[in-house]
Amino acid sequence: MESRSNARAYWKANLKYLLILLSVWFAVSFGAGILFKDFLNQFHLGGFKLGFWFAQQGSIYVFVILIFIYIHLMNKLDKKYGYSE
Amino acid sequence: MDVQLWTWILVGLSFALYFGIAIWARASSTQDFYVAGSGVSPLANGMATAADWMSAASFISMAGIISFIGYDGSVYLMGWTGGYVLLALLLAPYLRKFGKFTVPDFIGDRYYSNTARTVAIICALIVSFTYVAGQMRGVGIVFSQFLQVEITYGVIIGMAVVLVFAFLGGMKGITYTQVAQYCVLIFAFMVPAIFISIQMTGNPIPQLGMGSQLEDGTYLLDKLDNLHTQLGFKEYTDGSKSTWDVFAITLALMAGTSGLPHVIVRFFTVPKVKDARKSAGYALLLIAVLYTTAPAVSVFARTNLIETVQNKAYAAMPPWFKNWENTGLISWTDKNNDGKIQYSNSDAVNGKPEFKESRGENGERLVSNPTAYGNELYVDRDIMVLANPEIANLPNWVIALVAAGGLAAALSTAAGLLLVISTSISHDLLKRQLKPDISDKQELLAARLSILAAVLVAGLFGIYPPGFVAAVVALAFGLAAASFFPAIVLGIFDKRMNKEGAISGMIVGISLMLFYMIRFKTGFFWLEPLPPSEWWFGTSPEGFGVIAMTLNIITSVIVSRLTVAPPEDVQNIVEDIRIPSGAGKASDH
Repeated sequence: MESRSNARAYWKANLKYLLILLSVWFAVSFGAGILFKDFLNQFHLGGFKLGFWFAQQGSIYVFVILIFIYIHLMNKLDKKYGYSE
Repeated sequence: MDVQLWTWILVGLSFALYFGIAIWARASSTQDFYVAGSGVSPLANGMATAADWMSAASFISMAGIISFIGYDGSVYLMGWTGGYVLLALLLAPYLRKFGKFTVPDFIGDRYYSNTARTVAIICALIVSFTYVAGQMRGVGIVFSQFLQVEITYGVIIGMAVVLVFAFLGGMKGITYTQVAQYCVLIFAFMVPAIFISIQMTGNPIPQLGMGSQLEDGTYLLDKLDNLHTQLGFKEYTDGSKSTWDVFAITLALMAGTSGLPHVIVRFFTVPKVKDARKSAGYALLLIAVLYTTAPAVSVFARTNLIETVQNKAYAAMPPWFKNWENTGLISWTDKNNDGKIQYSNSDAVNGKPEFKESRGENGERLVSNPTAYGNELYVDRDIMVLANPEIANLPNWVIALVAAGGLAAALSTAAGLLLVISTSISHDLLKRQLKPDISDKQELLAARLSILAAVLVAGLFGIYPPGFVAAVVALAFGLAAASFFPAIVLGIFDKRMNKEGAISGMIVGISLMLFYMIRFKTGFFWLEPLPPSEWWFGTSPEGFGVIAMTLNIITSVIVSRLTVAPPEDVQNIVEDIRIPSGAGKASDH
């Protein structure tokens, strides 16, 4: 029974991470790159309009970072709950 | 040395390398053949996934398309990378823990039903075949362009090469060849991009060069926006698709990417769940190198093109212009008889140029189908990447390198897809359904025979491309998003999801998507496709996958709640795949 509740707690923590990471995923691509592109385009990042930069560069960088954060978080979580191998 | 000789040398060397690897990594069991014995390191798997993923379309066409549609091209950049976030977070670790060979395996077991398995096999075959036909065609085009052979022979050479390493090595051979192919293709893509970035902006990093200043102090992108406005185009950094359509297409491409069987199957090849997560990270990192460089290449190529041709005399055009004109991918019609090229935002010819035998007074090839609009220049989108090194006057070996890279991209993707097709037949259909008692050895033989058959069919598609292929490749993502993606995600995250729900969802999703595709994109025998003004909620067929996917999910959830819960042991499977430890080797039962 204890292993069951352990598994539940692990799953809950996992879902929390997913929710946070996927919100960022949505915000940089669909938010900054698409829905708020026109608004962001009044700002500049070097020679880039900001909305355009998010759509063609920034979102991709964030995607890569997100996956590596996820890997790091999950490895720690695996250890905490004894699922590491 | 001339380009031709360089091309033969570089293509020859890279092929010798692939063959060497294929012989070294022969497969001796179905384990090896389907999932490379689940013994591939995360980095190697990341490289193989990246090569598998980046096809002739990513390598050759994407930067060209973006350079013509500017901001609207973001759908491909975000869609084809963002999908890996979904893959890493929602699918890869759990499917690895589940530990079977294929996607239909997962669907069949999770939904305790051969009907579900069969629906999944059919979806996998539709998606993979539409995709692979495009790749074989790509191989043929690259061969014919650079080695001056007929497209048909190009396709046949390509078929022979793929066959050798897929037939011998299965997944194991393909994986290690793909590692080599990744190195070749990324090197070939980056070298010209870096050269051109230095030439135009002085910055050796294309991603930064794109946002840098030119010699006269103006920003490159501002300059391109200005050129666009002058010629009557929309600003490069502003698109012409509606916000909703951009949103829908991006989401459909993301969900589709993470639902593509040849991508998912890669994560069965690593030893542990931890490695599956890690290799998704490596894969995206390695893909991002190309995907963040491509938009820079688009900007460089677009600016270079406009500056080279606009209001310049045809007689003064550099050799590349006339070479591509000779292959029929560029055409110029002197509509106002001034001997100069005028380029603007309208169609120069009706559809593709149809050339006459004769030449005009400036020496240009005459076309029989010019329009009445002011634009005089037709440029095929696909040549931007291929012609870019010539436009920028780069050395011959760089031009040859692009050919080797394009071939690596097309061959690696074709091999991955052919393996999925053969696995669907020999494993999902034969072993799991028709003849469960065949031995490992017989199954291996069947797998090899079905690869042979798949290569032949794909080759035929490449030689005689049905008109719908080009239109359908982009829609393969919509089909994957509308069918697999919800079934797999719900199978992991919704314990209550049962076979009734998943099957009805998949059927609703894929049939709706097929219907919309036929109605608005491809037509069907006597039925002409309807114009964009008739699109539902202004959604293009490419973006419709999102609506089909949503309806799939709604149907699945409602139907599953109205029918009985899945059996205890299936619920236990779901509990089990949520825990990362204890993943054995992928196995067939």
